[in-house]
Amino acid sequence: MFTLIAYILAISALIFSFTKDKEKTKTSLAKAYKSFSSILPDFASVLALVGILLTYISPQLIVKFLGEKSGFGGMFLSSIVGSITLIPGFIAFPLAKSVLDRGAGIMQVAVFVSTLMMVGIVTAPLEIKYFGKKETLLRNGLSYIYSFIAALILGMVVKP
Amino acid sequence: MKKFLKIYKVFLLIISFDLIILFLDPEKGKMIFHHTFSNFMEMLGILPPVFILLGLLDTWVPKKTVMRYMGENAGLKGPVLSILLGAAAAGPLYGAFPVAEVMAKKGVKYYNIIVFLCAWSTLKIPMLIFEMSALGVKFALTRWLINIPAILLIAAVIDRSLKPDEKEAFYKKYSGSNAADKN
Repeated sequence: MFTLIAYILAISALIFSFTKDKEKTKTSLAKAYKSFSSILPDFASVLALVGILLTYISPQLIVKFLGEKSGFGGMFLSSIVGSITLIPGFIAFPLAKSVLDRGAGIMQVAVFVSTLMMVGIVTAPLEIKYFGKKETLLRNGLSYIYSFIAALILGMVVKP
Repeated sequence: MKKFLKIYKVFLLIISFDLIILFLDPEKGKMIFHHTFSNFMEMLGILPPVFILLGLLDTWVPKKTVMRYMGENAGLKGPVLSILLGAAAAGPLYGAFPVAEVMAKKGVKYYNIIVFLCAWSTLKIPMLIFEMSALGVKFALTRWLINIPAILLIAAVIDRSLKPDEKEAFYKKYSGSNAADKN
């Protein structure tokens, strides 16, 4: 759905730009191609690595693994799994729900969801390439700590 | 060819490893290739239009315009716009990186760029809707709301922790050409 909107938007903008100024449109496309092809090798490596990770840390395994764990130990485990993996949202949320249904608490699931979205160990090499080591370390580190704070708040607000 | 091998060294190494797994454990090997393929399809669904839009933005929108809204002296408008842009996004965090690159090129304030990055990671509206249906409205909305002050704070800490020369290096990396300002 998003893909379709993004493509329609990009193509319409391109056509509009082309009718206004042919040269500028050419420059834009050249720029787009240049920045895409210069980052593609790194992307390819990260995506291939994620392919391996998703195979060995499968959603089924995560549910089985996290579903029964509780307490701080469960939160800690959830945070590790959430930080490493990169799972698309449409898989991640149903996954979080089945972890919840399996008996994990709200706080464990909250840590899992927050770290999943905010902390990315596999994507860190890409982030370093764009932002540098210090920013990457700080953003991921602070987001990791915050995920526990968010979980504590969610644990108080949301009663299962 | 030699250049290709050099650039894609790491990628080719991982794929060779995958092939070894495919040979030793065909079932797992097939799954690896299946996951890798769908990762690439997801990436190809998001990045090309993002890069095209960024290319157009780069050539059409002057630095001055962007700076007025999100630059050093934009005031409150900056973080508000950053949050709105991040929340309107969809797709994995890596989609935000090239956007941030163009922001840097156009003179967006460092704090605002980091707010945007954090907002993209966790405030995406399409994700919020998904989260609501899976984990409940209360869970999703509470998490979304407490995330806003949190990312403003996280961005502030990062912004203050980086020394001026470290930020300068970041901007310098992307200072290249501003096509829109040439004419």
